Amino acid sequence: MKAHSEYHQRWLRRPVSTYWWLEKPAYFAFILRESSCMFVGWFVIYLLLLVRAVLDGEVSYRQYLEWSATPGILFLNIVTLAFVLYHAVTFFQAAPQALVVRAGRKRVPPRLVLAGHYVAWIVASGLIGWVLLAGRA
Amino acid sequence: MIKRHPEPLLWMLFSAGGVLSGALMPMLVLLLGVAIPLGWVAPPSRDELLRVLGNPLTRLAFVALCVLSLFHWAHRFRHTLYDGLQIKHLNEAIAIGSYGVALIGCAFTVYLVWQVP
Repeated sequence: MKAHSEYHQRWLRRPVSTYWWLEKPAYFAFILRESSCMFVGWFVIYLLLLVRAVLDGEVSYRQYLEWSATPGILFLNIVTLAFVLYHAVTFFQAAPQALVVRAGRKRVPPRLVLAGHYVAWIVASGLIGWVLLAGRA
Repeated sequence: MIKRHPEPLLWMLFSAGGVLSGALMPMLVLLLGVAIPLGWVAPPSRDELLRVLGNPLTRLAFVALCVLSLFHWAHRFRHTLYDGLQIKHLNEAIAIGSYGVALIGCAFTVYLVWQVP
């Protein structure tokens, strides 16, 4: 059936290419940002495997450490680090638009909201370093 | 009657997971994924990690990070497939698949943390 008739205009629908995100750098940056979720997902698996190995015993933990140093996994984790950093920066950048904080009747300046996220990031990173490394023999 | 949609809740889980993974993961990946495997930093012993996991606060943070990050992944993955590949006809299957995988991951996370002595 035709969607248009003598009295009805033709629909103007330009088909969008499946590879539309390769057309402009901004589109590509968008897809890169969205792809970061795959690396977030991978790292959850990596963390879960670590905890499983630790709970399993000394041998499993050694095997996990050896596995984590194999070239493939190491390469994947270096790429993961880049994507997770990109995710953090872009996510925090969008936060002041999504999160409107009010102090009394005044709106807290978006810059301050952004700065708050970065401070939390630094504090959290310091805490992780301390928790994981402070007790080493 | 107001029809309840799951979408607002899913967006909330997505943002919470985005903030938490953004704040915690870079350092975790740097240490556990790069610095320790490369030998820049000596790995913590198994006993030390067990002690870290023995703290209820660490366990809570670990569960929150894993659960919310999994939903962050699921939501973004679903929407990227939708926008990027324009496979609308598979929308339902993709949604069930992604949130399903996230739920399985959550169950495994809780199961693991349950095992911590």
